[in-house]
Amino acid sequence: MESAPDLDLTAVTKRFGDHVAVDGVSFTVSPGEFFSILGPSGCGKTTLLRMIAGFEEPTAGEIRIRGRSVVGVPANRRPVNMVFQSLALFPMMSVGENISYGLRCHGVGKSEAAERTERMLERVGLPGFAERRVGTLSGGQRQRVAIARCLVLDPTLVLLDEPLGALDLKLREQMKVELKQIQATFGTTFVYITHDQSEALVMSDRVAVMNAGRFEQVAAPRALYHDPATRFVAGFVGETNQFVGEVLAPAFGTAAVRLPSGCVIEGMGVAEGPRAACFVRPEAIALADDPGALADLPNRFPGHVSAVLFDGANSALLIDAPDLGAPLRAALPQTGPLAGIGVGAPVVAGWTPEATRIFPA
Amino acid sequence: MRTPRGLGLALLVAPAALWLGLLLVLPHVEIAILSVSERVAPRVYAFGLGNYREFFAEPLYWRTFARTAALSILVTALTLALAFPVALYVARVAKGRAKSLLFLLCLIPFWVSELVRTLGWMILLRETGVISAVLQRLGLASGPVELLYNDGAVVLGLVYGGLLFMVVPLVNALDSLDPSLVEAGHDLGGSRWTVLRRIVIPHAMPGIVAGSIVVFMLTVGNFATPVLLGGKNGLWFTEQIYAQFITRFNWPQGSAFGFLLLALSSAIVWAGLKLSGQPLGRTLRQGA
Repeated sequence: MESAPDLDLTAVTKRFGDHVAVDGVSFTVSPGEFFSILGPSGCGKTTLLRMIAGFEEPTAGEIRIRGRSVVGVPANRRPVNMVFQSLALFPMMSVGENISYGLRCHGVGKSEAAERTERMLERVGLPGFAERRVGTLSGGQRQRVAIARCLVLDPTLVLLDEPLGALDLKLREQMKVELKQIQATFGTTFVYITHDQSEALVMSDRVAVMNAGRFEQVAAPRALYHDPATRFVAGFVGETNQFVGEVLAPAFGTAAVRLPSGCVIEGMGVAEGPRAACFVRPEAIALADDPGALADLPNRFPGHVSAVLFDGANSALLIDAPDLGAPLRAALPQTGPLAGIGVGAPVVAGWTPEATRIFPA
Repeated sequence: MRTPRGLGLALLVAPAALWLGLLLVLPHVEIAILSVSERVAPRVYAFGLGNYREFFAEPLYWRTFARTAALSILVTALTLALAFPVALYVARVAKGRAKSLLFLLCLIPFWVSELVRTLGWMILLRETGVISAVLQRLGLASGPVELLYNDGAVVLGLVYGGLLFMVVPLVNALDSLDPSLVEAGHDLGGSRWTVLRRIVIPHAMPGIVAGSIVVFMLTVGNFATPVLLGGKNGLWFTEQIYAQFITRFNWPQGSAFGFLLLALSSAIVWAGLKLSGQPLGRTLRQGA
């Protein structure tokens, strides 16, 4: 017999007056999984998380944790703990008291709570910090205390509400790796919400992309990136170029779009209705300085470089191609004849229909 | 040499310095000198601690003194107990217009003079007053009920007078509490009571102490409320001071009492700060 998933939502809906914040969301999270909910601000992801934590009650639908319904169960009785966006460490308590607070609430004796707190501090790399004041910790240490405070209670589920938002870039990159490691060591199920796609893609086993209260797609990070299911996901996850035009009978791919300039982009997808949008990733675009090259690519557009955006491995070129009507973003080759290309240089850009996704607009 | 900057500072400080000097320091110096003067013959005074000895020799004096201290602490505690839920509601539950309105409702009674407010209580509580009449009408009392002129009436009036001064610093303190701290407190398994005890109250401590100090000082030094609501049974220490200065023309004795009252309130405030572990500086900032 298969064990119940750690978290199971069925058609969960939350209305605030006329506004539908969460609209019939269903998903399950397996034990030990790192599950992220990715979406722009205002998409309802925070409301969804607060319903799982017990700070909001769903208007309709069912929330089960290890098979048991928790609808109507107050937050302090759920086997779920949350890492807040602001971390919400208690400033009136020491680090040790912050961690032992939950244990004491659950009726653990004083000496056992102190012992478990010290062991937890060691496991998150903060041995001997129990007496420190919260205000004396660095950003990364505060993160670890906030997570330790949850993990010490051995919860079924840890919810994380964009906890890395307040950190500077360098520390954020480091904490992404650290969070993933902590999750792997403890084997606890994490549900993580963020608007930062890099956080979601780097750490998660599966990512749900949320928009306007609904899940657009739930998939592993790679599938999400390479095989988006909807127009929103294609546009939201990762860097991409987007062109909108009329639907046309395809010659090479499964769908084609005619741009206002009259030229045609061939791609994969189902284009119904009069208009469609096509998406192509910057790294899928092949570049050549010889106007006659890339003749075998159906999507081929000559132009010239309008800007060079140097950013190490993420460097890109903006290419002005008159046929496309909008600047095309392409990954800057780091080696080869085009590595030193400058603004104004003529260039030909091309890509395969397989690298192009077409969705109804 | 005086720089213009120094002159500016001097001008800025001058009103406060004059205020403190003329209305606080000067009278206290005068009272200090008076309190250690004994009348040895008509219009002849000599140095001596007789006025302070008199205080300990006459049981009425030091009993009134102890009674004032004890009742003031009780009034402060009751005010805190009443004001805390109100402040919690205003700061944490009420939003926008409702919040301003509730705050205003707390403030409105203080637009009226203390005497008029106390008179209001007398109209309610006296033998021929509103409450007595209602009790008789309802058949709960067979004759007129006198609710005035007892300790309960005095405490009631003093708590009422102190409420605003407790609510304001409490609302200030509770307003600054991050709502996610309360949620985190519940999320980690805390009951309402645990969250209140371990998170909300420690956070509000500076406000609690500030409000308590102000209410205690106002209560200990109050004159009108104990006299009007307590009558002959009021026995507030300020009445003793008043009696010495005005009724008996014994200014040296009154001065000694005044100094004792100052010592009492200072000692109790100091003890309160020690017990709550709050430094005075932080408390003053919270109260402002």
